[in-house]
Order: sequence, then C-alpha cells, then structure tokens
Amino acid sequence: MKVVITSTSDSLTSTFDRRFGRTAWFCILDTEDDAIRFIPNEHLNASNGAGLKAAEMMGELKVSKVISGDFGPKAKQLLDKLGIQMVVIDEADSLVQEIIERLNYTK
Amino acid sequence: MSSFKIAIASGKGGVGKTTISVLLYHQLQKTMNETISLVDCDVEEPNSRIFFPASTQTNKEVAYQEIPMIDTTLCSFCRKCVNVCEFNAIMMVSALEHAEVNESLCHSCGACEYVCDRQALGTKRVAIGEMSQHNTSTGVLYEGRLEIGSVMQTRLIGMLKEWGATDHLTIYDAPPGTSCSVVETLDEMDYVILVAEETSFGLHDLKLIVRLVKALQLPFGVLINKAGLGTTPLKAYLEQEHIELLGEVPHNLEFAKASAQADIFSNIPWSIQTSLERVTQKIKHKRVEL
Repeated sequence: MKVVITSTSDSLTSTFDRRFGRTAWFCILDTEDDAIRFIPNEHLNASNGAGLKAAEMMGELKVSKVISGDFGPKAKQLLDKLGIQMVVIDEADSLVQEIIERLNYTK
Repeated sequence: MSSFKIAIASGKGGVGKTTISVLLYHQLQKTMNETISLVDCDVEEPNSRIFFPASTQTNKEVAYQEIPMIDTTLCSFCRKCVNVCEFNAIMMVSALEHAEVNESLCHSCGACEYVCDRQALGTKRVAIGEMSQHNTSTGVLYEGRLEIGSVMQTRLIGMLKEWGATDHLTIYDAPPGTSCSVVETLDEMDYVILVAEETSFGLHDLKLIVRLVKALQLPFGVLINKAGLGTTPLKAYLEQEHIELLGEVPHNLEFAKASAQADIFSNIPWSIQTSLERVTQKIKHKRVEL
C-alpha cells in the first residue's frame, strides 16, 4: 500500500510539514517494494481549494494513508469519501525519515 | 427624478455606518419630495432594520446560485472542466470514477459546462440567502441576509443591488472594512460617504478605505462620527490629503444609549440634528454637481 507523509522538502532528512493542503512536498512510501519518492505540491499557493486538490491527488495516486499535522474540513471530507485514512501527528520537528521508521513497515 | 446612489462605508467597524445610514435616510425622507431607499448590504449581519420596529415586509425573494453537477455516467474524466476551473472547485479521481463540485468554492461562472464535450454537467440551484423589502414610515428598506455557511457574499450583494434598484435617491449601508463585499457594494456608486472616528484605529482604517475609493475612482467625502470622543488628529490628515470633510456628528452619550435600545429617531439631540441637516444639504448639492 501507499503511505504519504507531508514534507517541507524533497529528502528523507527534511522536516515533516504540518499542513496537508499547503505542504511543500508529498513523500510517497510504497510498502510493497519499500520505494520512496517525493512529488511537489503544485497547488501549494492556490488561492482556493489547495486541500481539495491535494486530496484529489491522493485519490489519483491510490494512496491508502496520509500522515500530516492537520487536514482542512474540505480535504477531510473528500479523503473520507475516497476512503483514505488520515493520521494526524503533532510533532513539528520530526524528520520524514523518523516518521517512516516509526511506521515500522517490514517486508 | 433620477437615481442617485450613495454608499456609507468605513474602513473600521463600529464607527457608526448603520447609525449614519438610518439617520440620513430619515433626514432625507423629511426634506425631499421623493421616496428614499435604504439598502442594507451588510448581508452577513444586516441590522439597519432594527431601527424600524414598525416596518412591514412587503416583498421577499430567495437568492439562488447555480451549481454544476457532474453526471459520472456521462463523464469521460478528461479533466477539461477541472483545468478550466479558476477556483479549484472540481474534484475528479478517474481511478475511482469520482467527480464532484465543491459548492463553497464554485463561483457559478459556467466555464466547466462550456468546455464539456459530453454534456455531463447539469446544474442545481442552491440558496445563498434571502432578499426582503420593507416599508418604513415613508421610505423603502431592502435587506440581504446571507445563508449561514455560504461564502457568496458578493453575489448576494450584487443581486440585492439589482433587486432594490430604483430611479431615486438610495443609500447603501456597506459592510465594514475593505473586503470584496465592500468593493461589490461600492460598485457603480455615485458618491461615497466614509464614516470615521478620531481614534488611532479609526485613522489607520480610514486610510485603507481612502485608498480603496481612490482606486475605484469614486467621488467621496468623510463624515466624522462620535466627534470629540477621540483625540487622534484625523482632520489634519484630511487637510493634508485634500479630502472633503462633510461634517461632524458629535458624540452624545444619551443618544448612544437610546440608539442602543433601537430608539434612534424619537429624541435626536439638536447638535446631531444640525449636523445631519448640513450633511443632507451637501448631499443634495452633490447630486446636482455630479
């Protein structure tokens, strides 16, 4: 399955981004093959609907779980509709790598 | 009689826009030989009507917005509508054959319907608020009331202005601040009265709305309300910027108490009355000049 962690930059040593819709990057972890890739959030600076667009992207990528600091009401509603699990963590200083390690997905 | 549209606006809230609006409405009714209208454009919290407890409602209309609906059985998930939407209101997940329009983001521009090759877009009507018309003793009051949760303030204000359009003198009580709702209210005004108070915030926010009316190229003047209450040199700013001072409505605690009880017309102090008469005279001259 695919797990997304919101990230402030495009490497494993980046700090976690607490915003979902306006995160800078999405770190996508595929637990099937342990592949990790980063994709930029192109709607980061959208005046409207950034959260919805991010949620839409999660749907297109067939993500099962999203880890972020907060989800806006519109994004939350759509993620719910798409059956994507939301995980909220409140640790601003965590690195993406630390979160992945804590997820403890072993093949 | 020709139409003459005056907006009462202010950068800061609580300076007395509504008080001034209803007082001028009342004063103009007394001195002019025509029906005066008052349009309460503060659709998020309309309150002009509070001062007319004896008014009767004479007309009412629900304001609607057309929201597109996507029929996923006709949709090819080509994303043309998604890409054309300026407001990111359309969500489409082709993998899950999911497509929907978010009502609170949609501005009903119709672009999605226009670009759809498969006519997969229909529309539904969503209520955004209510417009009502009331007879006060000699004039007409129009009020817009936004549906709770709706973000279509500007649309409702635009509809209200059209609905309450007349060919005589009309006062528009604007929402506070310098937001989109205020811009929508000020659109096509013949004259703008900026209500201000002599406080630090009052001057700061007056400067903001002055910038807005200048950008909109509207003729305007400033009316100081609660004069004597603050000590900020607001008049020095007006002189420096060559802005017309329309008048000063003195601060009067007894009058403030009465208006807080919605009893505003029964005992208007002479100092306030004199000031209002001067302002209405100026308005009449503006109407001739402009």
